[in-house]
Amino acid sequence: MSKVFAFHGGIHPPENKKQSTRAPISKAPVPDKLVLPMQQHIGGPSLPLVKVGDTVLKGQMIAEPISRISASIHAPTSGKVVDIAEYPIPHASGLSAECIVIEADGEDRWIEHQGLGDYKQLKRTDLIEHIRASGIAGMGGAGFPTDVKLHLSEDHIVNTLIINAAECEPYITADDMLMRERAHEVLGGIEIIAHILRPSHVLIGIEDNKPNAIHALEAVLKHTDLNIDIVVVPTKYPSGGERQLIKLLTDIEVPSGRIPADIGIVCQNVGTTAAIYRAVHFGEPLISRIVTVTGDAVRHPKNLEALIGTPFSTLLEACDVRPEALSKLVMGGPMMGVTVENDQIPLIKTTNCLIAATEHEMPAAPPTQACIRCGMCEQACPAELLPQQLYWFAKGREFEKAKHHNLFDCIECGACAYVCPSSIPLVQYYRFAKSEIRTEERDQQKADHARQRFEARQARLEQEAAEKEARRKARAAEAAKAQSQKTAVQSSEAAAPETAAPDAKQLKTAAAVARTKLKKAQKAYDEAAALNADNLAELEAALNEARSKADEAEKALASSASSGSEGGDDQSKQLKIAAAVARTKLKKAQDALKNAEDKGLDGVDKLRATVATLEQKANEAQQAYEKAEASGTDKAPVEVDIKALKQQVSIMRTKLKKAESAIDNCEDEADKTRLGQEVEELKKRFEQATAQFDKAEQVLVERAAQAGIDLKQLRIDAAMARAAVTKGERSLSKAESDEERSQIEQDLVAARSKAEALNQTLSQYE
Amino acid sequence: MALIRLSSPHVYKANSTANVMRLVLIATLPGILAMTFFFGWGTLIQIALAGSLALAFEAAILKLRKRPVGFFLSDGSALVTAILLAVALPPFSSWWVTATGIFFAIVIAKHLYGGLGNNPFNPAMIAYALLLVSFPVEMTRWTSPMTQNGGGWQIASFADTLQAIFGSVEASWYDSFTGATPLDALRHRGALTTEELWRSSDVLLNGVGAWYAVSAAWFMGGIFLLSRKIFTWHTPLSMLIALFLTASAFYGFDPDNYISPMVHLGVGATMLGAFFIATDPVTSATSNRGKIVFGALLGILIYIIRTWGSYPDAVAFGVLLMNLCAPFIDQYTQPRTYGHSSANRGMKGKN
Ligand code: SF4
Ligand code: SF4
Repeated sequence: MSKVFAFHGGIHPPENKKQSTRAPISKAPVPDKLVLPMQQHIGGPSLPLVKVGDTVLKGQMIAEPISRISASIHAPTSGKVVDIAEYPIPHASGLSAECIVIEADGEDRWIEHQGLGDYKQLKRTDLIEHIRASGIAGMGGAGFPTDVKLHLSEDHIVNTLIINAAECEPYITADDMLMRERAHEVLGGIEIIAHILRPSHVLIGIEDNKPNAIHALEAVLKHTDLNIDIVVVPTKYPSGGERQLIKLLTDIEVPSGRIPADIGIVCQNVGTTAAIYRAVHFGEPLISRIVTVTGDAVRHPKNLEALIGTPFSTLLEACDVRPEALSKLVMGGPMMGVTVENDQIPLIKTTNCLIAATEHEMPAAPPTQACIRCGMCEQACPAELLPQQLYWFAKGREFEKAKHHNLFDCIECGACAYVCPSSIPLVQYYRFAKSEIRTEERDQQKADHARQRFEARQARLEQEAAEKEARRKARAAEAAKAQSQKTAVQSSEAAAPETAAPDAKQLKTAAAVARTKLKKAQKAYDEAAALNADNLAELEAALNEARSKADEAEKALASSASSGSEGGDDQSKQLKIAAAVARTKLKKAQDALKNAEDKGLDGVDKLRATVATLEQKANEAQQAYEKAEASGTDKAPVEVDIKALKQQVSIMRTKLKKAESAIDNCEDEADKTRLGQEVEELKKRFEQATAQFDKAEQVLVERAAQAGIDLKQLRIDAAMARAAVTKGERSLSKAESDEERSQIEQDLVAARSKAEALNQTLSQYE
Repeated sequence: MALIRLSSPHVYKANSTANVMRLVLIATLPGILAMTFFFGWGTLIQIALAGSLALAFEAAILKLRKRPVGFFLSDGSALVTAILLAVALPPFSSWWVTATGIFFAIVIAKHLYGGLGNNPFNPAMIAYALLLVSFPVEMTRWTSPMTQNGGGWQIASFADTLQAIFGSVEASWYDSFTGATPLDALRHRGALTTEELWRSSDVLLNGVGAWYAVSAAWFMGGIFLLSRKIFTWHTPLSMLIALFLTASAFYGFDPDNYISPMVHLGVGATMLGAFFIATDPVTSATSNRGKIVFGALLGILIYIIRTWGSYPDAVAFGVLLMNLCAPFIDQYTQPRTYGHSSANRGMKGKN
């Protein structure tokens, strides 16, 4: 048995769990009408696939996920779709949202379905896809789509899988009963998840107040060859909080603002494992769940296996509710659950408990008194915050200070409010402060966004103007040169700029031309000065003009070089970064390993495995990078050719000149003819080289022009897309709630694909 | 069915501020009994007087501030303040001394600052300090413990005590029942070494045992509160340890001129201060680490003021000075939050 560590704070509220564990799990009746909210999970709402009037079969998919983080929804029974409209949903906001309403036909006819057989033969991605198609979302309360978590092993190393069976909230016994009665399903689910994530270690965290469930699990665990440990933790709220459980089982703290996978841990709820088991082995999507119906206002508290979409009233009736005694209806546990006002609200995938409380059981909170700073909240806070300070800051709207006191690490567990002797509704204050801060930040972000867009536009306009100017300059310079220069080479070289939009090369040429002109003018001026000619002033003016032109051309070149430099090798740059990251990770792990070895800790083996994996990853990344680098040079040949050709041309030119002057100087007739021949030959070769060079240049320019793509524009777009991605990533790391994160994640995925597409097009033409 | 929508959590611990205060009141009982035993009826009369005045002032000012009187009165915080002040006053203080003190504590130090939870200074201690500065003669005329009077349980009669507090008595009566406190005696030692002083002073020879006994009674009350988790060990323990260590250092270095650390712990208001005054949550530091810093600095301050200051006891001044520092200590002793590699410091800045 593994060691149990401790987390700070925590409370021991009355458990109230005995009431609902006396009776076995029973089936709830199928109601006449089922209401299925399109959003039962964190992430994007699902999109209905059916329309009013359609008949559906049990298990038929009636809504599909529309984004990466979303879940599909299936018909819990056979019947007819009678409405798709807004209905009250079980949410803290008390608002309504889109729901599909199904009228049950009472036949409960299944759609054709079957298990996957030997799932180990399947590709892991196919397996995950099947789980996604089964609409499974975390059943512990948050409802994070399970497939997304299962994909984590692709970009994270998962060495520990934690199964959360703590069920620390009072009253709730759904997981407890599930483990008692269906431990084999739980184990089956764990095996599937372990097959996908390949952790080196599986830990089941369970509170010591569930001895029966522990026995049941131990019994089935004998038949597995997985490395699974049941870790019994002391009963203390909130030990089932993901971060608290991780601390309890591994003594590792999830860094603030990160997810457990970042430290190689994935958590799944027991309920979810059973759902995965059923989906994989029987092909049953998630259409029912176990829910605890308890509280003093029901005569027979127990756990029901109920169809998703069953209204609470049906569940309450099944447990013999006393309507006159009911004063509060809580969905979820008493610490973090939400009250609902309407008993027609349906059961959803995350509803683990329904408490029908009497007035006596959950009396209204006593009137709030002043905070006496007694510090009891601080002793209870599992996140090691200073709740009383946060309360002062929230009350005084000093949000900066609240943030500085790590308000966003508050998990809203309610432990502080539970112990507060002054009955201050502390959690409400924190929710208020958080939402205020978020609103502020969103506004700020919007303003930033607008400013960025404006700046980007401004920059583009400026750049366009600069380009126009440079083009004009280049043309003017070229025209001037065409007049003064007669050599064919130069004119053909300078002809290029007119055909396509100017790019760095053209600017370079322009600059070179301007430089030559400048030199010539300088020389003419010098000569004239030496001869004391009378057109000296005129020449001087020409010289100055040439100089300024040359400067301008140079400048344009420099600016374009700096703006356009981040072109096609971006991919390789990214790879390089990835390789570096992998190396650092490796280094870290190695250090940790060394440390552990020194101290003789028992996690050494695990760490060693991590190091090995990391090593491999780093190598892979390095290889990928090298490959990319190598293939990156493929693009170069055209460039190289052109350069070589250019060189060839100029060499030829000099040779030719030399030969010509040799002829002039030569006296001897015989020699002259010989030299003449040589010159003829050189001329020919020179012309050949020039032609070749021209052709090569033309090809390049044509290629871009043909595609009709404005390279410059493309480059700007790509850069902007990249910026959007970085920004998204940054805000993702800042995002607090899962909902927000999933939203940002969606945006990010879109931005990433856009950036990628642009990069690709760009690299084609560059 | 009228269901309502409320924010979580939906259950609360049976726990209230009144409960906390009630436990504090219970915890003062041993100390009060010990004081009555050794110093006579004065303590009880002072408590009755201070308590009723405190409730009256509290009710009046709540009315003026238009707050629900009954609800706030029942939290018991005024009574706790009254008792702490009453046991700090000399048992034979005149009624007007007590009345001034209570008025200042409740009306000015507490309510003018915004009521319970908003007062920066401990009301009882600030009232005590004010009285000490304003009426030095009355405030240092401490009752002699009965052990000094010789011959069994010899204390001033109840009637005489009432007379002393509400009327007036002859100066000679005072002479027979009051005297210097051990700390006074130790301060005004003249040229004597500590050793000689102990042999020559009546209060140190015969009276100090009574002081130790009272301290032990307060200590018991403190342990009771600690066991009921009304406060944590951090403040009292760090204060006592700091005082002990500082005193030991000086005593070890020069035992002739400095007082032994055990005496520091046993006489004066050390134990009362450590468990009932420094732990006042409203005016002390917040986090556990902050409380340790608060307590330790307080212990050192008490030693400094006792040894080199010009007032007999130092708990009141020490506490008030530390009250001033508490917000600052808070800023630099935030706990390390889960998932953070280090604690935040100061008020602003990025984490
Ligand atoms: S528990 Fe309540 S009264 Fe005590 S410090 Fe916290 S918020 Fe203030
Ligand atoms: S609700 Fe927040 S502040 Fe209160 S105990 Fe839980 S984590 Fe701490």
